[in-house]
Amino acid sequence: MNAAIRTLVLSLLLAPPAVVQAAGIDAQIERLAGEARAADPAFSAFSLERGAELHQRAFAGGKPDTPACATCHGKDPRQAGQTRTGKRIDAMASSVSPARYGDSEKVEKWFKRNCQEVLGRA
Amino acid sequence: MSALYKPSRLRAALSVLLVLGPGFFVLDRALAGGGHYYPPVSDPLVIEECGGCHMAYPPSMLPARSWQAMMASLDQHFGDDASLPAASAARIERYLMWHAGDAAGSRHAGKLLRGVSASAAPQRISELPKWVREHREVSRAEWADPKVGSKANCPACHRDAERGYFDDD
Repeated sequence: MNAAIRTLVLSLLLAPPAVVQAAGIDAQIERLAGEARAADPAFSAFSLERGAELHQRAFAGGKPDTPACATCHGKDPRQAGQTRTGKRIDAMASSVSPARYGDSEKVEKWFKRNCQEVLGRA
Repeated sequence: MSALYKPSRLRAALSVLLVLGPGFFVLDRALAGGGHYYPPVSDPLVIEECGGCHMAYPPSMLPARSWQAMMASLDQHFGDDASLPAASAARIERYLMWHAGDAAGSRHAGKLLRGVSASAAPQRISELPKWVREHREVSRAEWADPKVGSKANCPACHRDAERGYFDDD
């Protein structure tokens, strides 16, 4: 996955409220920050603002019915979302869904799938 | 005081209700399930992978050849790339085929598969002739309801779909 995109998406995970984060998310952020640094020496840190903007931005490269992350996940990462087939998606914010980021493989699987559908590339 | 309201009779009546009540409830559920029971997926991997984006549909809703074709084309899964690691895919395929609607010994065979030609490997449950017939009374407005959103969203109307019951009509 493109490191810049990953940077932006991951910054979302840091969304307020700043309550206790699960151990899993810290490990994910550290891992992805390392990858981002390796891919782009100019990378300094994740940005909450860029992440929030990316979450809601409409892209043209993916599937027409899922232009943005927020299409399925909803605008507020603290709220549950819904897939196109009507299935509930637990909130993205780790403050609400602390178990969400425990497994690197799962994180990679969903970034790959969903970035493909929204951005048209992994 | 009339004999009907004697405390001893009341107690007796209550005891009978307490003993039989749950039984009636279970019987009622069994009857309601009737011909529309499709055992839900019980394998945790299948629940996790097939149930990530949509309800994990009961494998008895499609014949084994349909599941085989579906698992062979996960990279083009109804417009999405739902590819899986080979080991997971193989295990899921085995489960789906073992529990398919036409699997040997399947108690639930044929219900949704009526009218499906033996050479066809239908992919969309909602295009099976029997499915279409069962849903012809659902109005366009009901399908368009944002709480429904898609024909893939069984639990929107079938409240016990996740437990295998598809009556509610």
